[in-house]
Amino acid sequence: MGQVSVAPDVSPVEITNPVEENAAVVEPDVPWVTIVHNDPVNLMSYVTYVFQAYFGYSKDKAHKLMMDVHHKGRAVVSSGTREEMERDVQAMHGYGLWATLSQDRN
Amino acid sequence: MAGMFEPVPGGGAAVALDEVEVSILRSLAVQLLELIGPGPGGEKDPDPLAELFAEGPSEPPSDPVLQRLFPDAYGDPEAVPDDQLKAYSAEFRRFTENDLRAGKRENALAVVRTLDALTLDGEGGAVLKLTPDDSKQWLGALNDLRLAIASRLDVISEEDTELLYRLPDSDPRKPMVMAYLWLGGLQETLVETLMA
Repeated sequence: MGQVSVAPDVSPVEITNPVEENAAVVEPDVPWVTIVHNDPVNLMSYVTYVFQAYFGYSKDKAHKLMMDVHHKGRAVVSSGTREEMERDVQAMHGYGLWATLSQDRN
Repeated sequence: MAGMFEPVPGGGAAVALDEVEVSILRSLAVQLLELIGPGPGGEKDPDPLAELFAEGPSEPPSDPVLQRLFPDAYGDPEAVPDDQLKAYSAEFRRFTENDLRAGKRENALAVVRTLDALTLDGEGGAVLKLTPDDSKQWLGALNDLRLAIASRLDVISEEDTELLYRLPDSDPRKPMVMAYLWLGGLQETLVETLMA
């Protein structure tokens, strides 16, 4: 055991780089997305209907998203906070569509 | 024309059904109700407040039909999820699956209720008339039924659907395939009445 000193410690204190610390704070939240996956059962007309009825998308936009699901195998149908995307995914499952959410790292 | 919904002026949809069709639809809806059930952790509690806070399951259902009706919310369907994604999916399931099951049950119950309200005419047929709200519930139930039958028939790709059309009459799956295609026609024409 060393001697206990009440004298102030004058050794230089390592200062954390303020720039580095701020970097994590100012970085904008990475948004989340709801992805609908293709499946051979859901009717094209029904998928379009769901996109219009639930998201309130125009017939053209809903149709385009449905075609993306059909031809590309998946489409991002909405984006927002994680909580919002969980709500959208739950709604899609309610309609019987195959949906997942993930963080959009593109 | 049989097996096709038509829009009703002023809103809603109507379809002519015969006795056998009514009986098949009702039987399928009841089977769906039995399959979905309250689910693990969703049993009725005598305390109504406890029901509000009851948690759903963390594990995916073991039945392939239920797996399709209640899929994982996280992870690429074609990749094996890591532990983090599995934990996210489990949490999502705990907080949503009971509500999802309840919604699907309500849709199937609406089908049973509207069919039971029918009065068959002298020739054993009836015209089923749906309000726009009934139509939405029917649409959900028809979709769930088609997902359920397709899962039982192992339809996992577009090619599988093509094969179903070409099954010989002697194939034991033929009756289920006929039901699947018939439900598809009903759903397609019902969607059209809502998009008109």
